[in-house]
Amino acid sequence: MTEPTGTSKDDQEPTGGKQSSAEASGAATEEQRARGGEPPREGEVEQSTDGAADTAPEGGTRLAPTRERRGMFGVRGTGDTSGFGGLTLPGYAPAPAERPYGGWFDELADELAEAMDRKGIARAAVRQITIDRGEITFYVERERILEVCRLLRDEPALRFELLSSVSGVDYTAPGGTGAPPVRQPLHVVYQLLSMTYRRRIRLEVALDVDDPHVPSVVEVYPTADWHERETWDMFGVVFDGHPALTRILMPDDWQGHPQRKDYPLGGIPVEYKGAEIPPPDERRAYS
Amino acid sequence: MTTDPYAESRETTEGTVYTVTGGDWDSLLDSVSADEHDDRIVINMGPQHPSTHGVLRLVLELEGETVTQARSVIGYLHTGIEKNCEYRNWTQGVTFVTRMDYLAPLFNEAAYCLGVEKLLEVEAPRRAQLIRVLLMEINRIGSHLVCLATGGMELGALTGMTAGFREREEVLHLLEYLTGLRMNHAFIRPGGLAQDLPEDWKEKVTDFVKVMKSRLPDYDKLLTGQPIWKQRLQGVGYLPVDGCLALGATGPILRSAGLPWDQRKIEPYSCYEEFDFEVPTATEADCYARYRLRVAEIHESLKIIEQAVAKIEPGPVMVEDRKIAWPAQLSLGSDGMGNSLEHVRKIMGQSMESLIHHFKLVTEGFHVPPGQVYSCVESPRGELGYHLVSDGGTRPVRVHVRDPSFVNLQTMPAMSEGGMVADVIAAVASIDPVMGGVDR
Repeated sequence: MTEPTGTSKDDQEPTGGKQSSAEASGAATEEQRARGGEPPREGEVEQSTDGAADTAPEGGTRLAPTRERRGMFGVRGTGDTSGFGGLTLPGYAPAPAERPYGGWFDELADELAEAMDRKGIARAAVRQITIDRGEITFYVERERILEVCRLLRDEPALRFELLSSVSGVDYTAPGGTGAPPVRQPLHVVYQLLSMTYRRRIRLEVALDVDDPHVPSVVEVYPTADWHERETWDMFGVVFDGHPALTRILMPDDWQGHPQRKDYPLGGIPVEYKGAEIPPPDERRAYS
Repeated sequence: MTTDPYAESRETTEGTVYTVTGGDWDSLLDSVSADEHDDRIVINMGPQHPSTHGVLRLVLELEGETVTQARSVIGYLHTGIEKNCEYRNWTQGVTFVTRMDYLAPLFNEAAYCLGVEKLLEVEAPRRAQLIRVLLMEINRIGSHLVCLATGGMELGALTGMTAGFREREEVLHLLEYLTGLRMNHAFIRPGGLAQDLPEDWKEKVTDFVKVMKSRLPDYDKLLTGQPIWKQRLQGVGYLPVDGCLALGATGPILRSAGLPWDQRKIEPYSCYEEFDFEVPTATEADCYARYRLRVAEIHESLKIIEQAVAKIEPGPVMVEDRKIAWPAQLSLGSDGMGNSLEHVRKIMGQSMESLIHHFKLVTEGFHVPPGQVYSCVESPRGELGYHLVSDGGTRPVRVHVRDPSFVNLQTMPAMSEGGMVADVIAAVASIDPVMGGVDR
């Protein structure tokens, strides 16, 4: 992908079009039209606060499913006599939350939406809200992550003073399974903590492997310094604007990014009581 | 230029580099003064140095004895534990995470298991939760004692070191008796515990509390009021509360700056809401305050242990769900710990289904519904968080550890720049980084 990096287009409106075009023109839009409403502006819907009916997130930019799981028992091709090798389990796509979210989630989402309006950040910057197992996740457009973080830290009604953690997740399907490629498999995950209100939220940014750029949040949360260096080191995510984005855990001259799914675990077979035990990444896998 | 074999020098693009091994400062100073040299000198301390609190490398820029810039270099103990977890099932993950912060293994296990239980949407039985509290608090005492011991050693208080390690040995003996291992227990498992405590655990724990209560006042005599100790620590390594929040510091560092932030009180887990204990807090925000807080926290942990002993009642230590609970019924045989003979007899002779179930659960592991959670506990060093991601399989997609040592170590430059070089040691000791957790 040849799109310029996040920081360079901070002053423009985010288009949101690339992620949304596929889903937004589908059934959800027609449903919206059937109800007599305006066609939803792309990615705009889930944060709107006027009336519960319009908050159906389907009109927004839904996240692509993560990797599929294929086969069982780690046997593929002709060696599979069980038939389980042909099993396909669909990828997991986090479901958008529906109003009312329950608890303090509604209040927080409203406050964030209003604060974004005041600061002139398009509501489409939040692609999706997911509530799962009592935790709320905001999927944020990468171009807006820095501004959203600044807002979350500074707004009196939000006050997320502490950035607990920044890390990556690689949802790429493991090689050799024949699973289709995952769209935007690289995720950067931010865990925020509000000590004033005793709330925890999670921000998540999805990235393309070919264009793994995301604005650095170090200027808002200095603690992100080492976290972002680690995420660069382990996942190859480039944090634009980081003061010194160097490797932190691996040696400076290391090749590759070890936590990527296409990076092998390594290891050698070990002999034990006459039998040879293959290295962990070559053993049978059941999931 | 001298030709001291221990203070070799070589020319690099950055200037002359000297290798100093201790005791040869004079020859170094001679060689430096022989060159045309300003007062600025960059010192590389560690990674193998007795005063850096582990395999930590400090790069210090000095002007005379004053530190103008300090940076830490980490990664020497990186073992790829997070990556390894992705190639094991969820139960095996415990064995890996317990080896990260090796001074607080039970906190790693508990935080990880709480996360897995959150993903599975199950809750460990009450007895298991209370035993977890008991074990964690015993472990907290051990961890704080090592902090005092190594911190004392680094500052030259060698009796503090021997005393701290002596008491820590009591902790390790007790943990060995309760869980079977001194360190890296893998005792807390998703769904509960690996097995129940031995029969006479109550007496052992009560004896331990008695011993600790008799010995803890010695630390006050030895260190707390001691003028040298106070001079080395008071006003050193200052980091106020806004600095702590900006740099993400939690645990005793944050509490020494006046914010009584403790996960056990804020978001109680594992029945902590039922326990009566204080969160010691200070406002001086220096190394001495952190030292005093750690001693105070040992006293609070003893209080929690006593309450836990009174609270723990007989009951199961693993969830009822046989799709999660490990099928092994462990017992002690003549050749050590293993599956009980009754269980083996049943699965081999009577119940084919039990055998299949046992085999599938042990080889495959259990399936965890897709999703992600962040679970955290208050470890001796601060907020220990686990970000766990599952795609529905028997292995994690991602296990990320927010290790408090890793985050807190970022405060080292803020604490030590502008101070004396000797104060860097005190600052690092008060951060108490465990490099196994920092580098993972």
